[in-house]
Amino acid sequence: MSSILTVTMPKWGLSMQEGKVNLWLKEVGDSIAPGEEIVEVESEKISGAVEAAVTGVLRRQVAQPDEVLPVGALLGVIADADVSDDLIDDLIARFQAEFVPPTDDEADAGPQTQTVQVNGRQLRYLKRGDGGTPLLLIHGFGGDLNNWLFNHEALAASRAVYAIDLPGHGASTKVTGAASLDDLADAVSGFMEAVGIASADLVGHSMGGGVCLALTRRAPQKVKSLTLIASAALGSDINGAYIDGFVAGNTRNALKPLLAQLFSDAGLVTRQLIDDMLKYKRLEGVDEALATLAGGLFPAGRQSAVLADVAAASGKPVLVIWGENDRIIPVAHASAIPSARVVVLPAQGHMVQMESAGEVNKLIGEFTS
Amino acid sequence: MARKITYQQAINEALDQEMARDPSVIVMGEDVAGGAGAPGDEDSWGGVLGVTKGLYAKHPGRVLDTPISESGYIGAAVGAACNGMRPVAELMFIDFMGVCFDQIFNQAAKFRYMFGGKAKTPVVIRAMYGAGFRAAAQHSQCLYNIFTHIPGLKVVLPSNPYDAKGLLIQSIRDNDPVIFLEHKALYTMEGDVPEESYIVPFGEAAVVQEGDDVTIVAFGRMVNYAKDAGTSLRKKGVQCEIIDPRTTSPMDFDTILESVERTGRLVIVDESHPRCSMASDVSGFIAQEAFGALKAPIQMVTAPHVPVPFAASLEDLYIPSPARIEEAVMRVKEYR
Repeated sequence: MSSILTVTMPKWGLSMQEGKVNLWLKEVGDSIAPGEEIVEVESEKISGAVEAAVTGVLRRQVAQPDEVLPVGALLGVIADADVSDDLIDDLIARFQAEFVPPTDDEADAGPQTQTVQVNGRQLRYLKRGDGGTPLLLIHGFGGDLNNWLFNHEALAASRAVYAIDLPGHGASTKVTGAASLDDLADAVSGFMEAVGIASADLVGHSMGGGVCLALTRRAPQKVKSLTLIASAALGSDINGAYIDGFVAGNTRNALKPLLAQLFSDAGLVTRQLIDDMLKYKRLEGVDEALATLAGGLFPAGRQSAVLADVAAASGKPVLVIWGENDRIIPVAHASAIPSARVVVLPAQGHMVQMESAGEVNKLIGEFTS
Repeated sequence: MARKITYQQAINEALDQEMARDPSVIVMGEDVAGGAGAPGDEDSWGGVLGVTKGLYAKHPGRVLDTPISESGYIGAAVGAACNGMRPVAELMFIDFMGVCFDQIFNQAAKFRYMFGGKAKTPVVIRAMYGAGFRAAAQHSQCLYNIFTHIPGLKVVLPSNPYDAKGLLIQSIRDNDPVIFLEHKALYTMEGDVPEESYIVPFGEAAVVQEGDDVTIVAFGRMVNYAKDAGTSLRKKGVQCEIIDPRTTSPMDFDTILESVERTGRLVIVDESHPRCSMASDVSGFIAQEAFGALKAPIQMVTAPHVPVPFAASLEDLYIPSPARIEEAVMRVKEYR
């Protein structure tokens, strides 16, 4: 049966209520495959591309560039080539007639973050999807669960996916304990027990990759596979100037050039992104937590723990993803695990899971299925 | 973790957390506990509008009801600050400050300077300001500009719950006298506020909306009116950059200058009277520093140079409105 599917304004992050259409990446009449980027959209926090979930042909571009539309509004229509124009026009007319933008209350009613107590520390997490083998998303140094904004929902189409805030990060307790990957790994291990996950596919970005490796060493039975994105602990090099500057930076002007180093497109470092980072950094205890962690994990511009052997010895399947132009951890570390599947994405930076979300989601989806 | 609370709760939480963190923090003022002889939390008012409710029971002996004598207890607060305490004195309405100008202007503001940096005066004076409550000419003024004029004072005007909490914590930790001003109409405003303690530094403006067509600088409650106007204007294709200086002393002129150099058009929204106001202050600064960038005369949207009227119909006309802000933006946008 022929199908018609709507492409709607996505909801990236819990606070997004509307977005601006930047640019269509596909023309009317183009064939679309799942995971392909169709249209670029900008929220007040960040811009990104809406990806196709289905195969078909882009039949209509309903929203025009520069239009500001609420979450859920109709952007375009994908259908098979043999679906008549009349049917498509009908669908658009019906959608527009019935569409009611979410009110503030409804916008808040989407998936909500939860908290759990692990060894005296409160950890915040966001669960999306149900069933299947659970998948865990673990952010990097100074990050939080919003680093998976463009991945979380896509990965959770047919399984439970948890993104957590590590201790010292996001809205979790700001006490970091021993300032080691092992300490963070124990927090993740405790989290898994607290929410009833026996074992999971682990996805870690940057320092989060190091946490996944440490967890593999300490509790291998909890790990089904490892996806390491621009991961720490695969070599001793790291951009020490970035780490030190990020820990010390307490103003917009100090943070902006540093955060720009994370992305290949510096335009992604919006005012809102910097403001949100400042809000986090100004919470009581964050300065101390970051300084402690940086001192333990990345002293004097080097990584103190290299755990590439752990991955090899564990016998777990390993996928390594890296941005070719990573300015924080060198792409050379991607080949540290001989048995791993390695994908280096050209022209990408450290936040490759955000900037090249479609490609990364596809790789993780295939690898963990 | 952030959750939604009101502006009033955010102020209460900042006081509570700072009192728990630092035993030298005390709260004093008229009815801040509950009147003489009130046994405790249950029947205490927590100030005239209940902002300090609950603190009396949580921090025994550190929430002090004072006589109705502003000149007396503001002087006492300044003296306590000079002797190692961190008092937060509530002066109810900014309109009553006149009776203690000597304590504020001539004493607290001058100590650090006149004692060669050896004295510090970490006192916070909280007060309500602003019109809209049918409270007439003696309980509705916006006198922040008067305090901004005095070197040695810091002046804080939070426009939302997040800033209210972070700026009050910064005010309490600051070693200089701080005038912390709360708009009555904002007490019920809700917003995301982290449960944890945090600071918002002084002298750092917030850019609450970005845009390239017209810069709007707005103060206190007027930030929210400017946002309403900005949303409406955006639908008409006019992109406003809305700047909330958050503190008028110190004042983040750099952010305003950078924005006006880009937009070339400036509207200033100030609920105070127009003469010798924040509006004229920003206007003068931009006329001097960015004359070459201006594409249209600067517009000031302010109250008129008259006392706040008691008649409801007149008071409504007196306060700058989103509609008047929109008109001013269109005037500078369409100026040829």
